[in-house]
Amino acid sequence: MTFTLAFRNLFHDRIRLAVTMVGILFSIVLVAVQLGLYLGARNIIVAMIERSEGDLWVMAYGTKNFEEGQPINARERFTALSVPGVAKAVPLIVSFTDWRKPSGGSTLVVVIGSDAEDGGLRPWNVVEGDVSGLGARDAVIIDKTYLTDLGVSSVGDTAQIGASRVRISGFTDGIRSFTVSPYVFTTTNRARSLLDMPADMITYVLVKLEPGADPEAVRNLLREKVPDSEVLTKAEFRDRSLNHWLFATGAGVALIGGAILGLVVGTVIVAQTLYSSTKDHINEFATLRALGSSSGYIHRVILAQAALSAVLGYALGMVIALTVVYLSERTALPIVMTPSLAALLLALTVAMCAVSALSAIGKVMRIDPAVVFNR
Amino acid sequence: MSADGTSTLTAPSLAPGGNHVVLEARNIVKELGHGARKTRALKGVSLTLNAGELTLLMGPSGSGKTTLLSILGCILTPTEGTLTIASHPTAGLSPEALAGLRRRHVGFIFQSYNLFPTLTAEENVRIALDVRGERGSDAVVRAQRALQQVGLRHKLRSYPANLSGGEQQRVAVARALVGAPSVMLADEPTAALDSENGVAVMQLLSEIAKDASRAVLAVTHDPRTIPFANRVLRIEDGLIVGEERRAEGVETVHQLARNRKRKANA
Repeated sequence: MTFTLAFRNLFHDRIRLAVTMVGILFSIVLVAVQLGLYLGARNIIVAMIERSEGDLWVMAYGTKNFEEGQPINARERFTALSVPGVAKAVPLIVSFTDWRKPSGGSTLVVVIGSDAEDGGLRPWNVVEGDVSGLGARDAVIIDKTYLTDLGVSSVGDTAQIGASRVRISGFTDGIRSFTVSPYVFTTTNRARSLLDMPADMITYVLVKLEPGADPEAVRNLLREKVPDSEVLTKAEFRDRSLNHWLFATGAGVALIGGAILGLVVGTVIVAQTLYSSTKDHINEFATLRALGSSSGYIHRVILAQAALSAVLGYALGMVIALTVVYLSERTALPIVMTPSLAALLLALTVAMCAVSALSAIGKVMRIDPAVVFNR
Repeated sequence: MSADGTSTLTAPSLAPGGNHVVLEARNIVKELGHGARKTRALKGVSLTLNAGELTLLMGPSGSGKTTLLSILGCILTPTEGTLTIASHPTAGLSPEALAGLRRRHVGFIFQSYNLFPTLTAEENVRIALDVRGERGSDAVVRAQRALQQVGLRHKLRSYPANLSGGEQQRVAVARALVGAPSVMLADEPTAALDSENGVAVMQLLSEIAKDASRAVLAVTHDPRTIPFANRVLRIEDGLIVGEERRAEGVETVHQLARNRKRKANA
């Protein structure tokens, strides 16, 4: 009966139900978008590091993230190779530079120089052309998301980086940059040339360990051998990049803050509507109390009402959130929805409605059952 | 009171007429308000309610009828005095324990019926069992039986808005009845009803009061209800000032019912 009473109370006043639903919808969609953007940003930030074959990364001291690596001496690669437990040490060049569009104007890009045969960091999700095409003169691979930004439209189109011409040899799909500067994949030699980088400089050494080698032990040995550079595990570099982009820049804080704001606004709206619904039904709760119901019984009615609102609001909110996710798929920063995020949103919605029910429960607990005689 | 917060049992006493006492109030004092606005609504009321009797509590407005009813129903606690319901002393019980006592031993009928507008007649009755933790098909059958007892078997699925005032009050009676309480307390049960429905409800209450395990107390200022009572208590200014035992009350009720039937047939 608690569920029946909660259900009927909820659906008895359609306008109030609509206001409650709007509150929950607003909250869920806002939280879903904010957390989805956060997850999307997280995926983008760590994509290059996760996709690389490096178990350890050798880099300039103080490197804050993947895109902003500083040059180190290419000798470090050979030093790394001499450390026991290291199977492979691959050079990687990463740097910002200007891309001049064929139609005029320029935009900042991140050039990634890696040799396909080394297997360090190859472009993935290649939907047109082939990675082997990077062997051709002037060849670069870019992502389809940025065609308009880069002023090109098809394989074979040309543009200019520095004083050199580049020709599009292929497109990837879905390799986005958190900095909004598109990635341009090419070979290490061509990257050096495009970036005017001396032949004895690189940005990173990606170290692949032998099977069974202890990453910590190899890292300690490597640190001794390359004292002028910093050696991080893949996980450490991933965390550092995330911390920089999401927290040092405040972007992540803004996204999480937005999500919290959504929860607060949702909680306030749901609390307000539940409170006024309880107030409207206060004589019924007083009657229940007069009939001898326990406090727990009345709490269950209100909590069931909150839970029903939560489930209904969640279902409707997710429909809208998934539509927004679908619409954002082709944008530079897609919103991500995962099963765990969906489960988290459900938990948050239920918790939000439960917290919202507290004010209503407080109201009911203050009822004087004697009011049943005064109506 | 026992350690678990429930009241301990005391031996039931017998009323002068031989029926056992199901409710006993002794020297009940109730002060309302605080400080300079404090008033004594009840000034030492003692009464007993006997099983198998319909007792009326009559008095002018402000005499303390409803306050006394609230105390007898464990909704308010007395400032002074003792109350025993179905051999359970109520002194020192927590609000939850008092709610438990109400749940098990007290049935209420309210002036404004206090039905749940979003529940059907059957659900309105069943909720009294639900708060006692009695659920399932047995509860449904009991609720339907209670509605049958008040002549509303055909209105099980009707919502209060679709019932007349008399029918709503009869649903309220069924709700009070379904839990088989030791005491039924009715607050102005006929005040919102027309003469015909008022008589019907009082007739119902007098029938219910015939149960040898149950006492019925109705607070009223409606003189039309007197013929249905076994006993009439008069309250004035917070004190019981008179008691009238009506041995012929039951006969009178039956006579009235016969007259009504005759009138209806005519």
